[in-house]
Amino acid sequence: MKTDALIDMLANSAGAIEPGFALRRFAIAAAIGTGGAALLMATILGPRHDFAYAVRLPMFWVKLAFVASLAGLGTIGAWRVSMPARPIGSIPRAIVAVVAGIWLIAAFALAQHAPHGRIALVLGSTWTSCPWLIAGLSVPVFVALAWAMKGMAPTRLRRAGAMAGFASGAVAAFVYSIHCPELGAPFLGTWYLAGIAVPAAVGTLLGERLFRW
Amino acid sequence: MVRTARQARLDATEAGLRDLLVAGVAGDESAYRAFLVALAAHLRRFLRPRLASRPDDLEDLVQECLLAVHNKRHTYDASQPVTAWIHAIARYRFIDHLRRREGREIATDDLDDEVDPGAAAAHEAADARRDLAKLLGLLPDRQRLPIVHVKIEGRTVAEAADLTGMSSAAVKVGIHRGLKALAAMIRTRG
Repeated sequence: MKTDALIDMLANSAGAIEPGFALRRFAIAAAIGTGGAALLMATILGPRHDFAYAVRLPMFWVKLAFVASLAGLGTIGAWRVSMPARPIGSIPRAIVAVVAGIWLIAAFALAQHAPHGRIALVLGSTWTSCPWLIAGLSVPVFVALAWAMKGMAPTRLRRAGAMAGFASGAVAAFVYSIHCPELGAPFLGTWYLAGIAVPAAVGTLLGERLFRW
Repeated sequence: MVRTARQARLDATEAGLRDLLVAGVAGDESAYRAFLVALAAHLRRFLRPRLASRPDDLEDLVQECLLAVHNKRHTYDASQPVTAWIHAIARYRFIDHLRRREGREIATDDLDDEVDPGAAAAHEAADARRDLAKLLGLLPDRQRLPIVHVKIEGRTVAEAADLTGMSSAAVKVGIHRGLKALAAMIRTRG
């Protein structure tokens, strides 16, 4: 086919694209993924039974802010890496800052405890299940985000996979925090991040295969 | 001085392409056509040095990139430089092109030395296959995948339904509508 003929055909079949079409599609997918994880959490795990009491504790809100900011940053990052040549900007630095923040609080908490009590602070009472539940809840989020990102045009596929995985893990951690009874920063800074790392690693491995176009 | 002249030319290209693309995406067909014409020229300049050893592939790759830019035009963020966006797509398609060419060369290496009277026909058939691939690329997944699985790969409707996660009825409808759309494209193109 001659290039001119191809141009004719493309121009004839083009039509208008509504402004904000791509962003809206991405936002809807992120909302559906988050809703799926929330539904899974509500039906299988349920919110923590002392929820009404927990919301009066400052640390509950610190925890929520920690996971909410990771979820927000991850989702914006996933959106940016879906577009060719779109710089990711300060997203990685902001994620590092949030993690450093929770580690700082954790260091204070650990310093206030006698050495023999510190390990209990890190392990909490649910460390064996927490990362796996977060990884499990990340599945619907990952599916929805990956669908939206496939409809875009990521050009660095491993990075796109890593970002999709991180974002879905962080959204899952946010949803999980409604169920989770733990409030200690040493716990959050270890096991929540471990839970987010699982889908991030899986996403990095799948990126090339998943996002090729 | 040379650098500023070059910079000025790049800025003009950037502004020209950007305005045409933004107008085209908003529905202005003649602006979009002008964008594609300017884009083809820009792509030729961008890709020629990269394909120095294979000038024959240039126009093919230009067309692949045109199609990719067209199919992905909703991923252009108007606050970003359009040339960077185009180059990222072109680089991605270029690498993909090299990867596929390697695969093809391994498959046809043994035949290269033979003088084959059917070579011209084979060449035409290859052209036709590439054209078909381009046209198929314009169809939505729900039409393209059923056609690829059933009409090109020769699977049954049930297998295609399994592969795509669509119902058998949806696969049949997709084939029917997709073939109709393809026929319409071939008619308008001639």
